[in-house]
Amino acid sequence: MRYSGFKVIKEALTGHKGWRPAWRDPEPQSHYDIVIIGGGGHGLATAHYLAKIFGQKRIAVLEKGWIGGGNVGRNTTIIRSNYLLDGNEPFYEFSLKLWEGLEQDLNYNAMVSQRGIMNLIHSDAQRDAYIRRGNAMILNGADAEYMDADQIRKEYPFLNFDDARFPIKGGLAQRRGGTVRHDAVAWGYARSADSHGVDILQNCEVTGFRIENGKCLGVETSRGFIGAGRVGCAVAGSSGRLMSKAGMRLPIESHVLQAFVSEGLKPILPGVITFGAGHFYVSQSDKGGLVFGGDIDGYNSYAQRGNLPVVEDVCEGGMALMPMIGRARLLRMWGGIMDMSMDGSPIIDRTHIDGLYFNGGWCYGGFKATPASGYAFAHLLARDIPHPTATAYRFDRFETGHMIDEKGMGNQPNLH
Amino acid sequence: MIINHPLLGPRDSAEFTYLGDASLLNRPDPDTATPKDWHDYAYLRDNPAGLHRELWFHEGGDRSWLVVTRNTVTHEITKVELARDVARGLASDVAGMGTKRSGG
Repeated sequence: MRYSGFKVIKEALTGHKGWRPAWRDPEPQSHYDIVIIGGGGHGLATAHYLAKIFGQKRIAVLEKGWIGGGNVGRNTTIIRSNYLLDGNEPFYEFSLKLWEGLEQDLNYNAMVSQRGIMNLIHSDAQRDAYIRRGNAMILNGADAEYMDADQIRKEYPFLNFDDARFPIKGGLAQRRGGTVRHDAVAWGYARSADSHGVDILQNCEVTGFRIENGKCLGVETSRGFIGAGRVGCAVAGSSGRLMSKAGMRLPIESHVLQAFVSEGLKPILPGVITFGAGHFYVSQSDKGGLVFGGDIDGYNSYAQRGNLPVVEDVCEGGMALMPMIGRARLLRMWGGIMDMSMDGSPIIDRTHIDGLYFNGGWCYGGFKATPASGYAFAHLLARDIPHPTATAYRFDRFETGHMIDEKGMGNQPNLH
Repeated sequence: MIINHPLLGPRDSAEFTYLGDASLLNRPDPDTATPKDWHDYAYLRDNPAGLHRELWFHEGGDRSWLVVTRNTVTHEITKVELARDVARGLASDVAGMGTKRSGG
């Protein structure tokens, strides 16, 4: 069933009796060509592109809970492609281009809103670094715009420009960045994948891998054994937990990142603002809530909640940047679990086990990567070669010295 | 989180900085280690959901290193030792002396 304005009007006039579930609830088959573990944004996107672009058949997505119940529903919904390094920027720009065509591709309103993102600058050194980054973005086909303080003042007059410690001297804007309704991304990909024949199996937890003679033959699940030609794991946040069942240790630690939403307010914040120096970023949702966050808590965690020192730190950052935020009441706060990798960049690669593929290590930047991650992972699963924009996301880069370390922090995951 | 420091008693975790898995105390022997040993030591982690032994540094206090045993699912801390004692225990184990110490 295609969605359209005409369909909405027709259903409104006929008592909304024609709507059908957006995806099926099938029983697991005994064998699939490709099994994807993880019914989050990345797993569902992988299934969609495998079926629609790469022409694969007999695909299943296994989800231990319900689709969209993990990190794709727990992020702060920002999309952007403002990276510096060659290993990253083409990939994230590819992702942003996929976002731009996503709703037509899926026939689903994901509320992609290119309202722009602004990284604030407070010193000459930071200005140099951001202009360099902007040039790298432009060289890779993305858009970037340097703005001085007066230009920013016109768009965001309420910011605290004259803070003693971090006065706002300028900013790097990416106008094509913005926000997307995150649940709709999961639902849209699920609906599209389902319509191309993908079985989405919810409440189906993987409890182990069946590996014989170095080859993965399928997965043991809470709904029985499911054989598979190839198995792709896309469970960022729980990667350590899942891959340990295949005997793998990863260059990843799991950390908790908190996010916050204020009560609904009238429109006051036109775009996304990041205040990196103060560990704070903020946007306003279409429902009116200010959506904001800061740093990860900084210790290994699988608990989907954080601790109060970071809450205080984030709120201090908000008060320093836009003092009026102190008038808004905090409505909700929550934590999501991040795959923090050893260089701050993701992995999309084969494993040493035949037929077992891995997608993870997204740190706190997985949401914006969803379309390209799915596309690149589908490319790898279908053709057994990496997508041209994802060739750097290898497991062995830590052995060969080809780390993609945007921040230059080294193997210290809680600093990325 | 409250970390029960073996010398100073209960302290707010905000006084500490976090390094990571306590396996970082098991540095490979530079005379015999292969590049793969160094890679595994520096980059690979068990990353368990459950009990995790990890290194915390009391930056805002006595600047001691601690080995904290903490549940990564509940954040409950069940044991706190001075990293010094743990490292000496490791060293004596290696030397075959079998006099492993355990701090508070």
